[in-house]
Amino acid sequence: MEALDFISPGLYNYWIVIFLMMAGFYIVIARGNLVKKLVGLNIFQTSVFLLYISMGKVQDATAPILGEGFDTFSNPLPHVLILTAIVVGIATTALGLSLVVRIREAYGTIEDKDLLELEDETS
Amino acid sequence: MSAHLPVLQVLIPLLAAPFCVVLRHRDIAWAISLITSLVCFAISLMILDQVLTQGVISYFMGGWPAPWGIEFRIDVVNAYVLVIVSAIGAIVSLYGRHSINKEIPRNQIYLFYTAYLLCLTGLLGMTATGDAFNLFVFLEISSLSTYALISLGKNRRALTASYQYLIMGTLGATFYVIGLGLLYMMTGTLNIVDLHNKLADVDGSLRTFQAALAFLTVGLSLKLALFPLHLWLPNAYTYAPSTVTAFLASTATKVAVYVMLRVFFTIFGVDLFEETGVPNIIMILAICGMFVASTVAIFQENLKRMLAYSSVAQIGYIMLGISFLSVTGVSAGIVHLFNHAIMKCALFLALGCVMYRVGSVKLSDMHGIAKKMPWTMGAFVVGGLSLIGVPLTVGFVSKWYLINAAMEADMMPVAALILLSSLLALVYVWRVIEVAYFRAPKTESNIKEAPLSMLIPLWIMAGASIYFGIDTDMTLGVAELAAEMLVGGTP
Repeated sequence: MEALDFISPGLYNYWIVIFLMMAGFYIVIARGNLVKKLVGLNIFQTSVFLLYISMGKVQDATAPILGEGFDTFSNPLPHVLILTAIVVGIATTALGLSLVVRIREAYGTIEDKDLLELEDETS
Repeated sequence: MSAHLPVLQVLIPLLAAPFCVVLRHRDIAWAISLITSLVCFAISLMILDQVLTQGVISYFMGGWPAPWGIEFRIDVVNAYVLVIVSAIGAIVSLYGRHSINKEIPRNQIYLFYTAYLLCLTGLLGMTATGDAFNLFVFLEISSLSTYALISLGKNRRALTASYQYLIMGTLGATFYVIGLGLLYMMTGTLNIVDLHNKLADVDGSLRTFQAALAFLTVGLSLKLALFPLHLWLPNAYTYAPSTVTAFLASTATKVAVYVMLRVFFTIFGVDLFEETGVPNIIMILAICGMFVASTVAIFQENLKRMLAYSSVAQIGYIMLGISFLSVTGVSAGIVHLFNHAIMKCALFLALGCVMYRVGSVKLSDMHGIAKKMPWTMGAFVVGGLSLIGVPLTVGFVSKWYLINAAMEADMMPVAALILLSSLLALVYVWRVIEVAYFRAPKTESNIKEAPLSMLIPLWIMAGASIYFGIDTDMTLGVAELAAEMLVGGTP
C-alpha cells in the first residue's frame, strides 16, 4: 500500500496545486502574448494560495471561530498570509497590465515575436 | 526615541512617499526624498553603532512578542546592509535632480520620487525585518516600485525590459513564498530565529526540507541575478534612467544577496546547508557567471549594458565567497557586497553625467570625451580600476580576501580563476579608457563638464572606493564580525 500513498485522497489538494503550478509556469514560458503570460503568472500564483490554505486545514476542525461548540480550529494564519499575497498578486497584475498597455502604445503589438523584431530594427 | 529607530528607518520613507504624490511638484518631491534618505542614512548609522556596542536589537511590532508578532531584528549583518542601502540612497538622491529633470518627462517627475521612496522603503524593510513572510511583502514593495522606476526610461525598450523583469521577479518572489510555505509546514513558524531553532530538529534528508531549500535558492537567485538567472538584468539596467540604474545596481541585488545569506546561514545553518550540496552548485554557477558575463561585457557597445554584465560577474564573486562556507570566504562576500555597491554606484553615476551632457552612453559617441569632462571620466577610471582590483582600491581588498579564502579551502584552481577573470575586467575597462582618452573627438562639439551637484556625489563615491581600499578597518571589521556570526551559527 505504501507505494500508492502518493495518490491517497488526503493529498488531493496538493495534486491540484502542482497541476496549477506547472500549468501556469508553462503558460508564462510558452506563450508569446504578453497578456497570456500574465494570465499564466496569475494561475501560478493562485496555486501557491491553494498550497497555503491546504496546509492550514486541520482534520475534523471548524473554521476559526471563538465560541461554544468550537473546539478544534483550522489554522487561520495561512489564510491571513494569503490575504496579503492576494493583494500583492493584484498589484502585480495591475502593474503588468498597465505596462502591456504602454507597450502596445509604443510598439503597436503585444506579441513577443513581433516585439523582438521591432527591437532588433531600432538598436 | 532610540528604541524605535529600527521601525522609523522603514516608516519614514513609507510616510514621505504619499507627500510627493499630494504636493505634485518636482522640486518639493526632490527635497522630500533627499531629506528622507539623509535621515535614513543617519538612522542606519545610529543603528549600526547601537548594534556594535549593545548587541542585537529586537523590536516587536505593535508590542506583540516574537514569534507571534512581527519582529524587526537587527544584528551586525543587517545593520551593515542597512548602512549600504541608505548611504547609496542618500548619494543617489543628492545626485538625481538634474539627471532626472533631463531624462524623465516633467509631469512624471514627482511620481519618480514617490516610486523611489517606496523602493527605498521596501529595501530597508527587507533588510530590517526578522519575519520571513514580512520579508516577502517588503520584497514585493521594492520590486513593484522598481518595475515602475525602470519603465520611466526614455527609450521605449524600457517598457519591455520592465515587463520582462516583472515576470521574472514575480516568479522569483513566488518561488520564495513556495519555499517558505514548505518550511512553515514543517515548523509552524515564520520568524527567522524561530525557524532556525525549530529546523535544528528536522531531519536533513526529508524531501519537504530539500524542496524548500531548492525553491528558496532558485527564487532568490532570480532576484539577485545569479548566472544563468540574470536574463532580466542587462535590459533593465540599460534602459532605466541613469539615476535608477545607479541606485538599483548598488542596492537591489545586494539586499537579495543579504536575504540569501539569511536563508542559508541563519534559517538552515551551515551544517544542514553543506549537507545538501547546494554550495557546490552555487560555486560552479558563480565561476561560470564571472567568466561568461565578463566576456559578454567586453563586446558591448552600450556602456550601461557593459556595466550591467559586469554586475552579473561581480555577483558571481560575492556568491563565490559565500559558497566557501568559511569565515574568510563569507566575509570576503560581505565586504564585496559593500565594495561593489560603492564602485558600481560611482561608475553608473559617471555614466549618468555622460548621459546628461552627451545624451548617449554608446562607446562610439564618447571619442575623446575625457578632455571635455575630465572629472567625470576621472571618477569612471577610479571605479574601473576598482572593478579590476588594482591595489589601493576597494576591489583589491575583496579580491585579496577571496583569493585567501580559496587558498584556505585548498582550491588553487579557483584562486587562479579569480585572477584570470580580473583580466577580463581589465579588457572591458581599458576599451573605455582608450576611447575616452586617446581618440580624437569625432566632431567639434560644445560638451561641458557635468554640473557640480552631480560631480560632488560622484566623487564622494569615487573617493570612498579609494578610501575604503586603504582604510579597511571599518568595512572588514564589521564584515568579519558578521561572517563569524553567520558561519558560527548563532542566530
